[in-house]
Amino acid sequence: MKLDINGRSHEIDAPDDMPLLWVLRDLVGLTGTKYGCGMAQCGACTVHVDGQPMRSCVTPASAVAGQKITTIESLSDDASHPVQRAWIELDVVQCGYCQSGQVMAAAALIRAKPKPSDADIDAAMAGNLCRCGTYQRIRAAVHRAAELAREDGHA
Amino acid sequence: MRDPADLPAPSRRRFLATGAALSGGLVIACFVPSAARRAFAAAAPPAPAPVDPNAFVRIGADGTVSVLLKHSEMGQGVWTSLPMVLAEELDCDWKTVRVAHAPAAPAYAHTAFGMQMTGGSTSTWESFEQLRRAGAMARAMLVAAAAKKWKVDPASCRTEAGFILSGTHKAGYGELAEDASKLPAPATVALKDPAQWRLIGKPTRRLDSRAKVTGRAEFGIDVQRPGLLVATLARPPVFGATLERFDATKAKAVAGVVDVVAIPNGVAVLAKHFWAAKTGRDALEITWNEGAGATLSSEALRDEYRRLAGTRGAVAKTAGDVDAALAAAPTRIEADYELPFLAHAPMEPLNCTVEIGKDRCEIWTGTQFQTPDQAAAAKILGLEPEKVTIHTTFLGGGFGRRANPASDFIIEAVQVAKAAGKPVKLVWTREDDIRGGYYRPMWLSRFAAALGKDGTPVAWSHTLVGQSIIDGTPFAPMMIKDGVDVTSVEGAANSPYLAAIPAHRVDLHSPKSPVTVLWWRSVGHSHTGFAVESFVDELAHAAKQDPLAYRRALLPAGSRERRVLDLAADKAGWGQPLAKGRARGLAVHASFESFVAQVAEVSLEDGRIRVHRVTCAIDCGPVVNPLTVEAQMQSGIVYGLGAALYGQLTLKRGRVEQSNFHDYRALRLDEMPVVDVHIVDSKDKMGGVGEPGTPPIAPAVANAVFALTGKRLRRLPFALD
Repeated sequence: MKLDINGRSHEIDAPDDMPLLWVLRDLVGLTGTKYGCGMAQCGACTVHVDGQPMRSCVTPASAVAGQKITTIESLSDDASHPVQRAWIELDVVQCGYCQSGQVMAAAALIRAKPKPSDADIDAAMAGNLCRCGTYQRIRAAVHRAAELAREDGHA
Repeated sequence: MRDPADLPAPSRRRFLATGAALSGGLVIACFVPSAARRAFAAAAPPAPAPVDPNAFVRIGADGTVSVLLKHSEMGQGVWTSLPMVLAEELDCDWKTVRVAHAPAAPAYAHTAFGMQMTGGSTSTWESFEQLRRAGAMARAMLVAAAAKKWKVDPASCRTEAGFILSGTHKAGYGELAEDASKLPAPATVALKDPAQWRLIGKPTRRLDSRAKVTGRAEFGIDVQRPGLLVATLARPPVFGATLERFDATKAKAVAGVVDVVAIPNGVAVLAKHFWAAKTGRDALEITWNEGAGATLSSEALRDEYRRLAGTRGAVAKTAGDVDAALAAAPTRIEADYELPFLAHAPMEPLNCTVEIGKDRCEIWTGTQFQTPDQAAAAKILGLEPEKVTIHTTFLGGGFGRRANPASDFIIEAVQVAKAAGKPVKLVWTREDDIRGGYYRPMWLSRFAAALGKDGTPVAWSHTLVGQSIIDGTPFAPMMIKDGVDVTSVEGAANSPYLAAIPAHRVDLHSPKSPVTVLWWRSVGHSHTGFAVESFVDELAHAAKQDPLAYRRALLPAGSRERRVLDLAADKAGWGQPLAKGRARGLAVHASFESFVAQVAEVSLEDGRIRVHRVTCAIDCGPVVNPLTVEAQMQSGIVYGLGAALYGQLTLKRGRVEQSNFHDYRALRLDEMPVVDVHIVDSKDKMGGVGEPGTPPIAPAVANAVFALTGKRLRRLPFALD
């Protein structure tokens, strides 16, 4: 199958049922996307498919052939995406394992809703578990990221 | 910009042999003989001699300051807070600081525990003096090198943000590092007066953020090596079962599967990638000898615990004639508190990568326990421990699970790599993690108390029943005293309320079961905090007194418990009216030498507990990084609240009934209360912050629910009906 990952085309030899997560991690070598549960319960594996957040652990790679797959590695070259800047500014991360997924979920949210409400954030981010409990800073950082994006004119 | 995570993790061999040459500069170590030894010092084995001359800091010719971190970064922020301590005394430019995990080596032993490890909320206080001295010694050597070069009195030199100045002379640390490395380390160094601190105590952002928001931080599960295979392991379905026979025919037919090997704890499938390893494992046909573990049930254990609670256990603390005082008192209160088995469930499932070479072994993993893991791997391979290199990666959460005296996830991986004769990364699935044992033990606390006429307790009996974590580990000689595992009764036998109660007794039953148990964030305090702080609340209500005033009367005036209790109550507006349908509850608990009080504000929404706000006060002594303290209080609260609302593992016919985050739930963002953290400006003894935020939250919420509904929640996780 042919996959479009971060703007590059990859010819992948994998079983049809192999989840996108493991294709990314073990066949393409993009380990920024994380395994946490394997059943779309934790969000650590969140990537964008045609701009929409998707749980790569339950998405067969074969189902997204031809679509644009974006992973944490290509969100920016230099941590300059508004979500990444806000996360650094507000000191969000702890262990960091869930944060690729958190950042990808937040990036999709502020693109869809340039000025998200608290309720929007709760709805969009409740699927992303963090066992370290960074939620309070995530909430603040999503608002800050939206602000930065508006300043940049990204929104 | 270079990420901190990009700093190459030096292997011990390379580092020791060529550290100075590599960095083109200064390398230094120091050893603090006894000043930093504290709580466990009397019983701990002696710390090793200062054998490693370049343990903690390297200064490159470009002025880069590389700090070798002996502790494991698992979210708690040591990657930032500990380099701050060293950098303070070194007087370098904070922007030049880079960090890497240290290798496993004797120079990095914990100053109190005598082995390299991260746990017990000890990292900051145990290495505080050591890192200050390392920084000060490096600074002194740089100054000496400058003075020699400029032919001036060292006393004429001052340092500022990575530069040395004297008269018209000025040079960066990088220019002097090579010369400084050739000078002897000073025998003594003066440390800064705390009033001169510029970094310590200042809110400082994390050094690992950039790596962690770009997906570039390397966790153990991300390790890639040439020819590395991924393995999954089919483990016994019940505790204590053994392998009878297996048929790997179908597993080997799965595309990508390379090998199938048996090890003592199961059958491993090795494959080119995780998906094939997991698919292959699903296709294994295995027959187990299930043994006695197959009849195990948590309900039966609960019955047994209740029976045991009716008998006297090993006495941990006693004063006065408790039974007589209970019999004589006009008011007697009794209650049982129960807590379930819990898994740690760190976000990163356990994993370990092993490459066995000729007379050596390399391991990449996120561990809290370098020394025991190194020894365990060496034993399997018949090697000396120093022949086993441990590369500590970032840990995707630890919470105690990655500090296992049994080194389970290391041993399995080494056994698989050895049996297969191939480099392997053994990866646990989430189901493996939830069902794999090493749980916070199940606990029962049975109380009886008698109140005097003024409502003050005159007798207190507390019987605890639960498995010992320490029994059977190398820690037993120092942590089991007279049949009492000190971690089982911490927070109960040393409850600050006991001093005010003339007759009291705390006793302990430590039943054995095939279920493997381990320390879970806050260890014994994770159950004693809930039991003691709920029961005291019951006594306050029975005495018809305000829960805050009742606690204050029992706690010594001037105590740190009272200080945080007063601060939290004040900031939460204790006693002031709330919106209809809301109520507050409070709890105070000391653990890991820190003191934490929390006030929770709750309501019921659709019959479920909703926690709106938690006001948290902490006294942990001098603070290195307030941002870390705040983050760890929030973190401890989320961890404890998720467990209080949802966390439990149950066993039926030997099987753990839960398996993943759908039935072993964690707190989610939309359930996050607003957490206000207030840090006491304290010059008292320094304590920890990783764990002390967890114990008070369950009782604070339970006490709030009682205030709201009159229903006392005596069992975790909470159930309202």
